[in-house]
Amino acid sequence: MDQSEQHELGFLDPILAEHAAGGRSGLVPVLLRAQSQTGYLTPPMVEAIGRALRVPLSEIHGVIEFYTMLYNQPAGRQVVRVCTSPICDQAGGHAALRAACRHFGTEPGEVTPDGEWMVEESPCLGLCDHAPAALVGETPVGGIDPPSPARWIREPEPIGLGLVGGMARPLSGRCGIIDPADLAGFEAHGGFGGLRRALESLTPAQVIAEIKTAGLSGRGGAAFPTGTKWEMTAGAPGDTRYVVCNADESEPGTFKDRILLEGDPFFVLEGMAIAGYAIGARKGFIYIRGEYPRAQRIVAQAIKVAVENGRLGEGILGMDFAFDIEIRSGAGAYICGEETALFEAIEGKRGFPRLKPPYPTTHGLFGKPTTINNVETLCAAAWIVTFGAEAYRSVGTPDSPGSKLFCLSGDVNRPGVYEVPYGTPLGDLLAMAGGVNGELQAVLLGGAAGAFAGPDHLDLPMSFEGLRAANLPLGSGVVMAINQKRDMRRTLLSLAHFFAHESCGKCYPCQLGTQRQLEVLERVVSGQGRADDLQILQDVGFTMTNASLCGLGMTAGTAVLSAIERWPELLQNGR
Amino acid sequence: MADEVELTIDGQTIRVEAGITILAAAEQAGIKIPVICYFGHTTANGLCRMCVVETKGARGLQPACVTAVKQGAEIQTHSPDVVRARRTILEMLAATVDLSEAPEIQSMLEEYGAKPERFAGGERRQPPMLDDNPVYIRDYAKCVLCWRCVQVCADDAQYAYAINFSGRGFKSSIATFFDKPMPETTCVFCGQCVGVCPTGALKAKREFLIEQGVSLVDVFYETRMRGAGKRSTGGPRLDKGG
Repeated sequence: MDQSEQHELGFLDPILAEHAAGGRSGLVPVLLRAQSQTGYLTPPMVEAIGRALRVPLSEIHGVIEFYTMLYNQPAGRQVVRVCTSPICDQAGGHAALRAACRHFGTEPGEVTPDGEWMVEESPCLGLCDHAPAALVGETPVGGIDPPSPARWIREPEPIGLGLVGGMARPLSGRCGIIDPADLAGFEAHGGFGGLRRALESLTPAQVIAEIKTAGLSGRGGAAFPTGTKWEMTAGAPGDTRYVVCNADESEPGTFKDRILLEGDPFFVLEGMAIAGYAIGARKGFIYIRGEYPRAQRIVAQAIKVAVENGRLGEGILGMDFAFDIEIRSGAGAYICGEETALFEAIEGKRGFPRLKPPYPTTHGLFGKPTTINNVETLCAAAWIVTFGAEAYRSVGTPDSPGSKLFCLSGDVNRPGVYEVPYGTPLGDLLAMAGGVNGELQAVLLGGAAGAFAGPDHLDLPMSFEGLRAANLPLGSGVVMAINQKRDMRRTLLSLAHFFAHESCGKCYPCQLGTQRQLEVLERVVSGQGRADDLQILQDVGFTMTNASLCGLGMTAGTAVLSAIERWPELLQNGR
Repeated sequence: MADEVELTIDGQTIRVEAGITILAAAEQAGIKIPVICYFGHTTANGLCRMCVVETKGARGLQPACVTAVKQGAEIQTHSPDVVRARRTILEMLAATVDLSEAPEIQSMLEEYGAKPERFAGGERRQPPMLDDNPVYIRDYAKCVLCWRCVQVCADDAQYAYAINFSGRGFKSSIATFFDKPMPETTCVFCGQCVGVCPTGALKAKREFLIEQGVSLVDVFYETRMRGAGKRSTGGPRLDKGG
């Protein structure tokens, strides 16, 4: 950038003016907004941002380097992100990536000579129900025809909400029925009934008691009891508390939160406000992954409408309760779904997970007591406060009460989100999704961080206790079907790619182990396997599982270990 | 006493001050737990996981450098699981980084019977050496990402913030703002990063030159009298970046 260009940094002024007071916490939003004007971030731009937000320049550079959607090298003004997750890959994701590159005559990550376009590989766009899928600029496209990219790149047709099915659907019932921007429609279908009940007739402690009685546990993967989390946060010393909604849904095979955000955005806002009332917070953040630009727009609009109509802001529903919600965009980092890494991201830092303890309930966002919950968890909480714990417990099992959104993808005939009571057999879920396309070989449960079930598991009850007994994870509700025609080794390679790409690099077992796991699988798939590969994978998997710092590393080897246990011959040399 | 806890480490029952780490407690008991990233004068981050131990009843292994002692805990510092994790970490590290000037890690490799050749053919981190200032060289092919240099450059000591991270995962490294040469950053050439580097990735320029067989007269010239040296006397400038 030459001198004359340096004088053209005026476009940053309004952005910086808006965020300067927030200091470093405004860093990622400012970088994203600045970049949206120029395609990428230059040293003079970053210097101006550092001056305004008071952040050392080397640290901003570290932040840009961390997030894949931030660029410090020339990038296309339009980025085509082609999903190559295990699910999209088996539907032709890599073929689509190659074809898109051929279309522009570029390599992945290379900018067209006119500076307009760049094709990138994306590890998972959360569009698994539309596989193979891509994000063209901010337009999600699905069911793309891999060999003919011209159509879906030049005239991208945005996908619809996606298929939402199941039995009685307490949590997803409004999705696809109401206009997501229509507050009246939401309320006509029971919306804000929980917040109203809480503010008018329950104390914060009673709200927490209701959640505890319901037996709600987290839907993001860790299944921590929600009521206990709220109670611990409410009881932590300090005047300032936060509610954070984790909408960084990035687990390959997971797209239920996207459906809830895009189909029923007021629902999660209601859940956040109820959580705020229960724990004594007046501010909430909803961290939505950068790959969900449409969900971000829909939720932003819902927040605006809610504030205008007294459902958020001061004096909510005419009562003495104030609660604000701010949207934060992710910028391309799976690790930020880890709760403490997500806090770091909101604070304007690299998304490194923190050591625990201390836990978020006492030392969370900005070091304050924080309740952080998944989108679906907050929706379930709003439902519970609306209809009561007993109604919630009337479905599901005694140890896994309620209903759950499962994400059916891969080789099923009707991929989509299916809401069923906990305890529903795996086979019933697959049948609901139109059955398996072909003969079932395996089902990946829990996502990339998950494990494999087989055709012998169709009676498996999809409840915490049922899966625990089978030594399988429920995770975030991923049910990815894999038919007999698929090469499982390729599925494992795809998972290994994902973790090597997404490891943050903080602790050695994961930083080194995800790379080594990938290398071994690469040579096995290419027929170059060695005699000790199985032992190496087991040692690496063991070390990541037992010695890593955070949940990403602890689960980066589980799918491979599960495959080795289930199909010991799969990775043997010479197969 | 209320502020003491009793625990067992490798079968030895000891009483220690409450709140101290397992690493410190083991040291008091005369038990050595290996560490790579841990350094007594910088913030402990639990990165290398070499200090993991096995606590009866706990899930997984616990990093001794950042885990507080608990009353009644039964800890094994060299159980088969612990040794398996340490050996695997050492093997993966040695297959990635040039440890030729890290004698402590080399002796750990020996002690744990590590066989880095199991990972032969894997990608190594071997960026070219950076020699961009008269005070120290940066040979990141030797960097184990212990973070000490970044920490002493920042809030642990100097508050200069000249260096931070770039990339992530296996492709992580230490870098300046837009990879600018050190004299164009906020580096104050205090040398603290060189002092805390455990692997020779950061080395005093004079030491480096002497190792190369450069005569003392030439070393003096290279590090004190050349134009490049004068560039740093004006000190770093924020408007130059870094």
